[in-house]
Amino acid sequence: VKIPSMSYPVERTTLGNGLRVVISPDRAAPVIAVAAYYDVGIRSEPEGRTGFAHLFEHLMFQGSATLEKLAHFRYVQSSGGVFNGSTHLDYTNYFEALPSNALERALFLEADRMRSPRITEENLANQLAVVKEEIRVNVLNQPYGAFPWLTLPPVMFDTFANGHNGYGDFVDLESATVQDAASFFERYYAPANAVLSVGGDLDPDETLAMIERHYGDIPGRAAPRRPDFAEPDLTGERRVRQVDALAPSPAVALAWRVPDPADLAAYLPYVVLAEVLTDGDSSRLRQRLVQGDRIVTSLSGYLGFMGDPFDVRDPTALLLSAHHPQGVAVDRVIAGIDEELRRLADDGLVAGELARVQAKIAAHALRGVDSVLGRTLAMATAEQQRGRAELVGELPGLIAAVDGAAVVAAAARLVPPRRAVLELAAGGAQ
Amino acid sequence: VSTPTAVVPGLTAARSPRKLTVAQRTLATDLRVLVVRRATVPLVEVRLRVPFAGRPADHSAKAAVLAETLLSGTAELSTVDIAAALQEIGGSLNVGADPDRLLVSGNALAAGLPRLLEILDAVLTGAAYPMEDVVGERERLVERLHIARSQPGVVAREALLGRMYGDHPYAREIPEPAAVAAVTRAQLRSLHRSRVVPAGSTLVIVGDVSPGRVLDRAEATLSGWDSAAKPQAAPRLPKLETGPVLLVDRPGAVQSNIRLGGAALPRRDPQYAAMQLANMIYGGYFSSRLVENIREDKGYTYSPHSVIEHSSAGSALVMEADVATEVTAPALLELRYELGRMATLPVDAAELESARQYAIGTLALSTATQAGLASTLTSVLASGVDVEWLREHTARLGAVTVSDVQQQSARFLAPSALATVVVGDASATGLALSTLDEVRTQ
Repeated sequence: VKIPSMSYPVERTTLGNGLRVVISPDRAAPVIAVAAYYDVGIRSEPEGRTGFAHLFEHLMFQGSATLEKLAHFRYVQSSGGVFNGSTHLDYTNYFEALPSNALERALFLEADRMRSPRITEENLANQLAVVKEEIRVNVLNQPYGAFPWLTLPPVMFDTFANGHNGYGDFVDLESATVQDAASFFERYYAPANAVLSVGGDLDPDETLAMIERHYGDIPGRAAPRRPDFAEPDLTGERRVRQVDALAPSPAVALAWRVPDPADLAAYLPYVVLAEVLTDGDSSRLRQRLVQGDRIVTSLSGYLGFMGDPFDVRDPTALLLSAHHPQGVAVDRVIAGIDEELRRLADDGLVAGELARVQAKIAAHALRGVDSVLGRTLAMATAEQQRGRAELVGELPGLIAAVDGAAVVAAAARLVPPRRAVLELAAGGAQ
Repeated sequence: VSTPTAVVPGLTAARSPRKLTVAQRTLATDLRVLVVRRATVPLVEVRLRVPFAGRPADHSAKAAVLAETLLSGTAELSTVDIAAALQEIGGSLNVGADPDRLLVSGNALAAGLPRLLEILDAVLTGAAYPMEDVVGERERLVERLHIARSQPGVVAREALLGRMYGDHPYAREIPEPAAVAAVTRAQLRSLHRSRVVPAGSTLVIVGDVSPGRVLDRAEATLSGWDSAAKPQAAPRLPKLETGPVLLVDRPGAVQSNIRLGGAALPRRDPQYAAMQLANMIYGGYFSSRLVENIREDKGYTYSPHSVIEHSSAGSALVMEADVATEVTAPALLELRYELGRMATLPVDAAELESARQYAIGTLALSTATQAGLASTLTSVLASGVDVEWLREHTARLGAVTVSDVQQQSARFLAPSALATVVVGDASATGLALSTLDEVRTQ
């Protein structure tokens, strides 16, 4: 089966205030999506304010220049649409998908909060309570809730930016003030620090006119310089054991640094490698640890601590994580992984292995951009981080072009001295 | 909320979604095949739904192990061969079981569909359930069930289903680890012969394909999957005992998982659209009374919601709110207050209009992708209505009145019509809960 690529039309422009805009028409269904991406995320949080980027994301839904609290939700949903926002290591996004007759309304709603969110003591207290419940439901009251996305970065990294808890400590969250929020907005939510991505059932010229109408007069201010978050690679294994009081059985996660995602030629072999190791029953580690040795009950491998290889900047990692029964020593699991990595590095890929994994990754990438919303979001990240929204259609072809030797060379880099290991001990074992 | 509406742009004329054209054929084996062309990406989505209701106490355990091992090889192919063959076409197949059905969900690059159908046929007609795989998958499933049961959401789900369904198989959605450990290879082979059969089964295919050719291909490939066996119907549901609040103790829990459950109308009921909108106004979307009250006003919870779940023996209304331990009783009070308001007072016309537009808009969004359409079609057909139902549902939603909503609210959203389960720290929540209602601690 030949791997297909897609070619999505992209029109881009930059407004006078510095806002970068990408528009991608697609008339297949009467649906549009609007996404605003701000170039600030967990890594940019000030010390003593862990979790602030995410708390601030919540505050952006609490009313804006002309809209009272609750109005944003109501306007989107009563127009037949859905909305959300999310906070990542390197960006924070806000988005809506709606019937195409609500395009201008959606642009207005997004522009209104880029102009000025309404952040009050009352809204801050309310959303602080909501965020605490979010952290309780996903982490504090949930076995494996922080594993490994919050617990492995501090093992691997030394700087506050890369290693701290992005959901936030309650003490830090409770210290946040309205003034903190105002300064954060002023600094990071400048039009010039954002990308607006609009896709779906629309006319590009009309859409651009609407964007000019609603965004054009938002005053420009300088975009902050993005700090260099680089850290040196590990030179000796780091290993930490943590007890999860709720977990009934143990788990382990391993991570190795990978090349800067900006350098796709160097980075993509690692994307392929993660799938060679862990995708499906024909993958190397499942065959070895799950079906063969039967010492692992579930296994995953991926790039980026939050699971998406294409929405993260340097420094980042390839992660392998495995759940194993209490009776299985963690060193057996790690030894099995090491042996399989060495076997791949020494003996190379077998016939057909590369092509089938490439087909699988390509199909997965295409599936992710079938929805107008999924595509509009992927284009926003690609434009923000690479200036290339077109990447979302080109990715299957790029994956198909990855050389087997590069994948094998990547496997040879996953050696013990370069890795961070987090052992999760089962505090809830019966 | 009063916003100067003059500044918010109005909606322009809506464009209708394209007409849903479904090619279908019922094969001689009784398998029903439906194909929709959607060429948005060069992929194809496949859903095979096999009715799988069963009465024995260990049925759900057997079904769960069968789901884990259906793809574990045939006489010719090993687990690894099947997985590799799927990867070659950029594809995957997943098998899941619930008390109503076995569902094989898959996808692939569109050009790989013939191969995907061959693999499907190979396991439907020749799944071997190799001893080694059965033992391995059974062990893994037991381990994963232990992990699942450490999650408060799963504990709460199980307690609510037990409360709503008693001895009915729907109470055993999550199988017992001990029952799973006892499942044998012979039982799986026998279950496959008697229950993995085309009668009553539906195959939905959506993607960048030619429907006529796909129907021919599906018929040619799958005609060997044949059996005289017929599916069984799920038993009738027991009468719901709303009873005292069931408090499941989870010492030290920092949150309480509040669950309310009751009956709901099935899709085929003429009043279903009214009930759907009543639920939406109560807690079915973000702009609902429940979210605006206990999240956006009081900050008790992150993501409270109320959903309608459809099963063949009857639909259910399920409400969920995970709240801070110290506000457990106040949160339950608000859940019930909002229910009482729905049941006894008419909703505002604007609330109804908002819920209506949301229901219509999100139906269009969810059927705009290949995967969304395949899943929606599969579940709609499973509720005993036809494709026509999907085409006409927007018009039905459009016709619902305030009075229709109130009638359904009084029936289904009355506080007296729902059973209540709370999973949390009993020592910290029990006393306050008992000021609201009778409480039984477990």
